Amino acid sequence: MHVLDNTASLWYFLPELLLSAVFVLLFVIDLPKSWSEKRLLTPIVAAIGLVAYMGLTAYSWDFPKAAAFHGMIIVDPFTNFFRIFSALTALVTIFYSLKAKELAMAGAEYWAILLGIVIGMPMLAASNNLLMIYLAMEIVSILSYIMVGYLPNSRRSVFLESNPAERLPLFVGLLMAFAGFGYKISAVPFHMWAPDVYEGAPTPVTAFLSVGPKAAGFGIVLRFIYTALTQHHGEEFVPLKYVDISSLLSLFAIATMVLGNLLAIQQKNIKRFLAYSSIAHAGYMLMAAAALNVMALQAILFYLLTYFIMNLGAFGVAILIQNDLGTEEIDGYKGLAKRGGRALWISIAMLMFLFSLTGLPPFIGFVGKFYLFAAVLDAKLYALALIGVLNSVVSLYYYARVVKVMFFDDPADERSLAKDSRGLSTLLFGLAAATVVFGLFWKSLALLSQSSANMMF
Amino acid sequence: MPHFPILTLITFSPLIGILIIPFIPKAKESLVKWVALISTLPALGLAVKLFLDFDRTTKAIQMAEGPIDWIKPFHIQYYMGIDGLSVTMVILTALISTICIIASWGIEKQVKGYFTLFLLLETGMMGTFLALDFFLFFIFWEIMLLPMYFLIGIWGGPRREYAAIKFFLYTLAGSVLMLLVLIAFYLYSDGHTFNLIALQDPKLHLGPLSSHGIRLACWIGLFIAFAIKVPVFPFHTWLPDAHVEAPTAISVILAGILLKLGTYGILRFNYQLFPDITVELVKWVAVLGVINIIYGALCAMAQKDFKKLIAYSSVSHMGFVLLGIASLTAEGITGGVMQMFNHGTITAQLFLIVGIIYDRAHHRDINGFGGLATAMPKYAVWTTIAFFAALGLPGLSGFISEALIFLGSFKNWPGLTAVAVTSVVLTAAYMLWTLQRVFLGPLNEKYKDYPDINGREVLCLLPLAIIVLAMGVYPKPLINMMSVSLKGINEVLVPYGAKVASVLGM
Repeated sequence: MHVLDNTASLWYFLPELLLSAVFVLLFVIDLPKSWSEKRLLTPIVAAIGLVAYMGLTAYSWDFPKAAAFHGMIIVDPFTNFFRIFSALTALVTIFYSLKAKELAMAGAEYWAILLGIVIGMPMLAASNNLLMIYLAMEIVSILSYIMVGYLPNSRRSVFLESNPAERLPLFVGLLMAFAGFGYKISAVPFHMWAPDVYEGAPTPVTAFLSVGPKAAGFGIVLRFIYTALTQHHGEEFVPLKYVDISSLLSLFAIATMVLGNLLAIQQKNIKRFLAYSSIAHAGYMLMAAAALNVMALQAILFYLLTYFIMNLGAFGVAILIQNDLGTEEIDGYKGLAKRGGRALWISIAMLMFLFSLTGLPPFIGFVGKFYLFAAVLDAKLYALALIGVLNSVVSLYYYARVVKVMFFDDPADERSLAKDSRGLSTLLFGLAAATVVFGLFWKSLALLSQSSANMMF
Repeated sequence: MPHFPILTLITFSPLIGILIIPFIPKAKESLVKWVALISTLPALGLAVKLFLDFDRTTKAIQMAEGPIDWIKPFHIQYYMGIDGLSVTMVILTALISTICIIASWGIEKQVKGYFTLFLLLETGMMGTFLALDFFLFFIFWEIMLLPMYFLIGIWGGPRREYAAIKFFLYTLAGSVLMLLVLIAFYLYSDGHTFNLIALQDPKLHLGPLSSHGIRLACWIGLFIAFAIKVPVFPFHTWLPDAHVEAPTAISVILAGILLKLGTYGILRFNYQLFPDITVELVKWVAVLGVINIIYGALCAMAQKDFKKLIAYSSVSHMGFVLLGIASLTAEGITGGVMQMFNHGTITAQLFLIVGIIYDRAHHRDINGFGGLATAMPKYAVWTTIAFFAALGLPGLSGFISEALIFLGSFKNWPGLTAVAVTSVVLTAAYMLWTLQRVFLGPLNEKYKDYPDINGREVLCLLPLAIIVLAMGVYPKPLINMMSVSLKGINEVLVPYGAKVASVLGM
């Protein structure tokens, strides 16, 4: 691997440099009054910036793996995977934010902050140095904090992810490192902030937080485990002698799956519900991480892609319902399928997202779980796999409850969905179709995650 | 040289209806039913063709389509095929599906949704019986769950939501165990293949999959997955709820076809992939079978709800299938698979019969009827035929399969068979007692003006009754179709120490 000096590194840092430039540009074009009144101008520039960012990433995909900035960050396909992933998540978030009524007043700074997080997230996955991890984590955390509180004219209180533990990995050992990462991926017992933040933040921000930073968190967890804590011999990773890293991860995974699932059952608010569900999903991914093999690495990257589709889809429905029916309560979904017109199709899309999250075929979530469990079984962690699949069964109970509410119950009033939500619906139908199309033909996604994982070393 | 893709067509032809139904205007909803009926007919026609063309002299897979690569780098293939084990089930599925569409004519709530889900269910069932790639099988197996959940949950009785989710959770709990076995094959089969026929060769089972402990765990995982579907005691508690709450046609599908997927799976997976473990544990299968027989019969006897009684009789009758396939004799296994077919046709009639009286009386309390034979004489005749078939009256098909099962199982499990035989008396008792309470005695004035069974209802029952009668008198066409394959399944067990036998020289 080349260790590059600062000047040579810039070439590898082009996508981030570009995004930083766009970040500044957004504030500049917001200055003239006539421009700042054009509401769509800044988000469109931000979106163009993200697309260009992805283009540059694609262009640099085949660059030889390098340790840039004297080894502070590693630029390899693994990093590039998270660059693309973050940018895609941000693009969907921009779209959601434009459609969400509660964010109608979002100004240039909102879009700029979003770009800032996109810069930070892949850096987390790319970090090769504890100080860099800390910096990247702070970029993501502080900016997320602003986004969570970003509700003009809202008096809703927001609990902050207060994580002094983040500072500790610099000084103390492994457990504390995981505590820090645990906050990012909302693993139990570091998950407490998630439901409150998810509920309090504007829904598009919640959607973003549940996918983007979580994925970035997994980026650093994987980078950390697979480079700092293990030595690899071919396909297998041998953990360092003095610590049973696999058992530690298994323990986190079990706690996260079980608690996430059990607490999701009793939720009444759709955002809290999805928060706990996302905790459970972090558990499934941690479970695979405990396998400590290349297969697990591929499986987790693949799962992040599937999770991107189904979780953003579910949040998209939540935004649409919040816009049109003005409710965040699961009870507000009563009889959604019977409200006529597009409501039926939106309910069917939601059904597909929820059953995909459950892990039922023919939806993409099934394939994702298949690979996660394959990695776990390959590592002969049979008990862990059994606990995992039983958790899947539990999750069916609460996902199906929302389906039940939508399809079996009767609506409380006659309202249907508003006409102007057509753009959002179209995106949702696209995501819903993706759950089935990729659920039956997932080769491309699997190859992508395979190549991103294999070239990490 | 690609041949006529009969199996693919039989599986996916019901989907034609799903493509048309959404475009039928709301004003013409009765058209939906016709479209649904017509889209089940190709499968029925092809099932007749299967019956005619099926080669009865070989145990090999016939009319195979594929294996064609589906997800190539991961060795997942599209592979459909048929043998003596699945052919009768496919024919049964096609027949029952068409009948159930007719039986669903009275559905008025959300007509489009009902028939769309129904057709999807038919595709799922067909695919499950025909798939010979484990991954493909699993997908079909799970695809059946979604429509079933909605069909019970939306169109069911008062406790439909509870019954639907209970059914869903139970089945999924089994499925996830199957998923772990599926992954074990993905990891440790030679060439990472999912091809069920190739996997019958134990040489392809590598690594942990060749160790006894893991094989035992896989066998048990698969068995639980299928036992929940059968359902085998103690995994049966979803069944009375689901059957009672489901609308008539869906109860018919559940009892007539879905339960068979359990015993089909045991024969296709447990017996053929893990013959060594099967030989080791087959005794327990027989024990569970006998428990099912007796427990189901006793529960049936205690029921006051007509439909619940029929549901428990299914538990009892599926126990016969288990006992038959655990007998390790050609007669027993043939009897078992035949019982799957016969139970499908008989129990379908029983549920239709319950549905007919429920449509009129809107209750199912057995003790609340009485003397119905006076008001509805034709209905009484149809009921009697089905009841006698269910209690195994000689001359009707139920007798043949039960006799074969007892004959076969007595060879290896004389004690268990002796216990099981007592159920003949128990079955006769609850069936006849029910007949007496519902049809005989003084006519309850409330039911005086009930219309007798109508043409559409007869249309549903008639084909089933004909089959029950014909197979009771001349079962040879049915036996011929399955016996060579089933003998093959039985003989696979011999190298592992099974003392397979043939009583009649079958």
